[in-house]
Amino acid sequence: MIRVVLPSHLRKHANINGEVAVEIEGPATQQSLLDALERIYPVLRGTIRDQSTQKRRPFLRFFACQRDLSHDAPDALLPDDVIRGAQPFLIVGAIAGG
Amino acid sequence: MTSVRLLVGTRKGAFVLTSDGARKNWKVSGPHFAGWEIYHLKGSPADPNRIYASQSSNWFGQQIQKSNDGGETWEAVDNTFAYDGVPGTHQWYDGTPHPWEFKRVWHIEPSLTDPDMLYAGVEDAALFQSKDAGKTWAELSGLRGHGSGPHWQPGAGGMCLHTILLDPKNPKRMFIAISAAGAFRTDDGGATWRPINRGLKSEFMPDPTAEVGHCVHRLALHPSQPDVLYMQKHWDVMRSNDAGDSWHEVSGNLPTDFGFVIDVHAHEPETIYVVPIKSDAEHFPLDGQLRVWRSRTGGNDWEPLTDGLPQSNCYVNVLRDAMCVDTLDKCGVYFGTTGGQVYGSADAGDTWAALVHDLPPVLSVEVQTLA
Repeated sequence: MIRVVLPSHLRKHANINGEVAVEIEGPATQQSLLDALERIYPVLRGTIRDQSTQKRRPFLRFFACQRDLSHDAPDALLPDDVIRGAQPFLIVGAIAGG
Repeated sequence: MTSVRLLVGTRKGAFVLTSDGARKNWKVSGPHFAGWEIYHLKGSPADPNRIYASQSSNWFGQQIQKSNDGGETWEAVDNTFAYDGVPGTHQWYDGTPHPWEFKRVWHIEPSLTDPDMLYAGVEDAALFQSKDAGKTWAELSGLRGHGSGPHWQPGAGGMCLHTILLDPKNPKRMFIAISAAGAFRTDDGGATWRPINRGLKSEFMPDPTAEVGHCVHRLALHPSQPDVLYMQKHWDVMRSNDAGDSWHEVSGNLPTDFGFVIDVHAHEPETIYVVPIKSDAEHFPLDGQLRVWRSRTGGNDWEPLTDGLPQSNCYVNVLRDAMCVDTLDKCGVYFGTTGGQVYGSADAGDTWAALVHDLPPVLSVEVQTLA
């Protein structure tokens, strides 16, 4: 199981409390993880990735294991600790002030 | 018992205000979708409990919400707005070609007769239709495919399709407006479109009377005479007596004819309302006095309405989708401000009161008159 932490707006939007546990068949990549997440929660389609390009939305970042994975290739394998569930995959919204 | 429901979209959520027919005491519910920008909400004329809302965010994109119980509960429907075919390009601010990119839904217009059919006006400008209550969307691409499309340019707020008017006497006819392309009309249910901007003059354009390029802020019509259109342009209040084939200016004695909103009295087709704004550089009321101006003659002769509105130190704006009228007698008139106030008049504009003071900046106000 891969643990995913969503920003609060998306947790509320999808009626999620706390972390999400996502099971993936095949290679665990950003793409397969987000595909699985959107299958479980269809209301998240378009909120993390652009619907037409499938690119990460510009004000979101992907962090895990003290690393910024935002610019990793969508088909690159996730870190082992994320795949094993030892560390969560964090989807983080850009900080806005003012 | 008659009641009124106001649907208020703001920068940080939606609010629903309800009152009985006296329209003196208001109950406020919300925020719905707290933290999201709600550009517009609108109820179906065919089923007032069916309400659609455009929910968007610079972070998380576009959502469309549907309520079947008058806004008590909501359900997200489809949010896929894919342009038909190869999107092509329009002009960017600097005049270079720029690919069409979907950003958000500015305006939702439910069908007059079918609660499951609705239209969405989007940025970058295009018109979408759903026939299944938002489960799927398809572009009416004849509009964007109009030959002038590659020459459309965004206004400062983005290249948005913000006004959709359905002709109650002719189901095949529809009017839309785009900033900054102008107004367009279809007479065949959305398959083909023609620009309807003859008579408009916009000094900021290289050719001030060009067929397209005008920054139309809002169109309005009265259901009893849908060939008469009113327009608040960037500057100028305009009128057409021939469904947009030609326009003439009716700014008359307005102290400034810049503004965003325009609307028509529910029972008097020649009574119209605007909120003049100082200028395109200073988006607030002239002299810090918030005044609705009313014409009972279809334009040209205007009177200021001030009773109950702040007449000093008021520097808010009233955005293009933020005025509406109910159908009670006397006609109710409502508008929202970027300062978070929603003002209402239960006597056609003679007197006003703030229904709520301190909401986030108001983007849109719609009203439902409920039996």
